[in-house]
Amino acid sequence: MAMTLAEKIIARGAGLSEVFPDEVHWVDVDLAMIHDSGGPRRIWPMLDDLGVGVWDPDRVVLVADHYVPAQDTGAARILQTTRSFAAEFGITTFYEAEGISHTLLVEKGHLRPGMLYVGGDSHTCTGGVLGCLALGMGSTDLLGVLVTGRTWLRVPHTIDVHLEGSLRRGVTAKDLMLTMIGEKGMAGAVYRVLEFSGPAVSAMSIDERSVLTNMCAEIGAKTGVIAVDEVTISHFQDLGIEVDEGPSSDSDARFLETWHYDASETVPVIARPDRHDDVVPAADFDNTPIGRAYIGACTGAKYADLAMAAEVLAGRRVARGVVLQVAPASVGALSRAMADGTAQILLESGAQLLSTGCGACPGIGSGVLGPGEVCISTTSRNSRGRMGSPESKVYLGSAYAVAAAAVAGEIIDPLTLMGVPA
Amino acid sequence: MKPLQGRVWKFGDDIDTDLIIPGRFLVLEPSEIALHVMEGIRPGFAELVGEGDIVVAGDNFGSGSSREMAPRALRKVGIVAVVARSFSRIFFRNSINVGLAPVECPDAHVIEEGQSIRIDFDRGEVVIVETGKRLVAVSLPDELAAIMEAGGMVEFLRTRVNGSQP
Repeated sequence: MAMTLAEKIIARGAGLSEVFPDEVHWVDVDLAMIHDSGGPRRIWPMLDDLGVGVWDPDRVVLVADHYVPAQDTGAARILQTTRSFAAEFGITTFYEAEGISHTLLVEKGHLRPGMLYVGGDSHTCTGGVLGCLALGMGSTDLLGVLVTGRTWLRVPHTIDVHLEGSLRRGVTAKDLMLTMIGEKGMAGAVYRVLEFSGPAVSAMSIDERSVLTNMCAEIGAKTGVIAVDEVTISHFQDLGIEVDEGPSSDSDARFLETWHYDASETVPVIARPDRHDDVVPAADFDNTPIGRAYIGACTGAKYADLAMAAEVLAGRRVARGVVLQVAPASVGALSRAMADGTAQILLESGAQLLSTGCGACPGIGSGVLGPGEVCISTTSRNSRGRMGSPESKVYLGSAYAVAAAAVAGEIIDPLTLMGVPA
Repeated sequence: MKPLQGRVWKFGDDIDTDLIIPGRFLVLEPSEIALHVMEGIRPGFAELVGEGDIVVAGDNFGSGSSREMAPRALRKVGIVAVVARSFSRIFFRNSINVGLAPVECPDAHVIEEGQSIRIDFDRGEVVIVETGKRLVAVSLPDELAAIMEAGGMVEFLRTRVNGSQP
C-alpha cells in the first residue's frame, strides 16, 4: 500500500505494515528531547511520584537553552535542577548554553532520517528537515515517553508543498513561510504534516530548509518533513556520519492536497503585530520606525541568518536610536561566523552580541522588550506580550529585513540596500 | 465520562499559549503562574472564574508554545473543560494529560458568554442549558478517553508502571 513519509515512520513505530490517516496508534519513540523550561523541573517530581526512572537515558537529549545564562535566582534554580537531573538519571547527552535545542539536534548529528523523534517544545518540528518525523509535545507527554519509551499518535494527513523556481538574492525561506502563513492563516494546516519538495527546496542549505520545517508550528501543522537528498547526505558526511536515504513518500501516496508556490515570485515580507499571519510586502512600509532589531532564535539566528545580516551591514552602521541585538542560535553558528569574519562585520556595525539560547523570543532571556518598544525580529511569533511587555510591538522578517531596518531606523525593503531590483 | 455543566467564558480564534500564560511568568511556581492565566487577553481572569467553569473558543485554541502551564493554569483556577471549534494539537494533548477536557465542537461559536452548557461525553453533545440547543461534540478516540478517564497521564501511567506497557 502506498504511504507518505510520515505514515511510513508511524507504521514502523507502531509495528504495522500500514497506517491510515486519523487512526490512533501507540508507537515506539527513537529519541526524546527535553529542555530546561518544560523538562526536569516539571518531569522529575512526576517521576518521583511514580517511583520510576528513565526508560533509556541514551535515547534522551537534555538541553538548557531557555534560562541560560541565568538572569535571576529563579532561573539559576531551574538550571541547577536541570544539571542535577542529568547526573541523577545518567543523561550523558546534556548541552548547557551551547545552543537552542532544535539547532543543536540538527548540527550535532543526533537526528537521523526515518527517526521517530519527540521533543518537549513546539519547534521540535524543525528536525523534520533531516527526513525524520519530529513532533513537539508538552511536559507530561514527555514524562510518558521517558517512562515507557512510547507515546500515542494520531496519523496525520500530509500536504504536498511544492516549491517551484528559485529564490532571488535577498529573499529567504522565512519570506516563503511568512507568505504561505499569510495566505493560509495560522490555523492553515492544523493536524497536517507539510512535506516540502521541489527545485527551490533542493537549492536550499540545511539552515534555510530548517526554516521551512521550523515554521510549520506557525501554520498549525503537526510537523514538516523534507525527504533526504544530496544536501542532507552531505550534511551527515560533514559530521562523519554514514546514512542511507531513509524513507520517502511513495509516488502514489495519499496526499490530502498539493500547494504550489513559485519561489521566484516571492518578495521580502513582514508580519505585523500581533499576528504572524498578518503578512505584507516589506516594500509597502512607509515611515514605520523601530527602536529594536533582534536577530535570534531557532528560526532566525543560524549561521545562514548571521551571514545574511552581515551582507546588509557590511560597511554600514546601525541607525542612531536603534539597538540591534544578535543572539546566535548555537555556539557552532557563532564559531563559523567568527572564523569567516561575519561576526566582526556585525560588531563593527554596532550590533550587541548576546549569549546563545532562546533569549528574548519566548520573553524569558536577554533582550526582552519594555512597554512601548517597537521591535523587528527574525523570530517566529509576535502575539501580544510574546517578547516581553504586553505594550511592546513585534514585526517579523528575515535577517536581511531586520538588518536593513536596523540601518534605516524604520522598516524598509531590504533589497533596496542590496543593489537588487525590487 | 461523567457529564460536566458549567458557566461559559467566551474567547475568539487563535488564542495562543503566550496569551494564556505569557512566557515571562514561567519562572514562577505553578500556583503563582495560575494567577496570571489569560492575562495576555483578559487581565484579571483568574479572579473572575470559579470551579466548574468552562472556556468556549473558536478555531486553533492553544496554538504556539508547547507550555503545559497553559492548560494547567486554566485547570488550577477552576476551568474543567475547553469547548472549541478546533484545537492546536499540542494543547489538545496537554489538556488530556492534565485532566482538562478538550471538547471539539464545530458549532461552538453559537454559545454565548455567561450561558451555562452541559457537556455529555457519552452522547457526544454540548447542550446550551438556557435554550436547550444541542450541538455536536467530537468524541475522543478510545485510546485518549482512557487517559482522560484515568484522571490524566500520571494516573494512567501509575496503573501501568508495574504491569504491561500501554
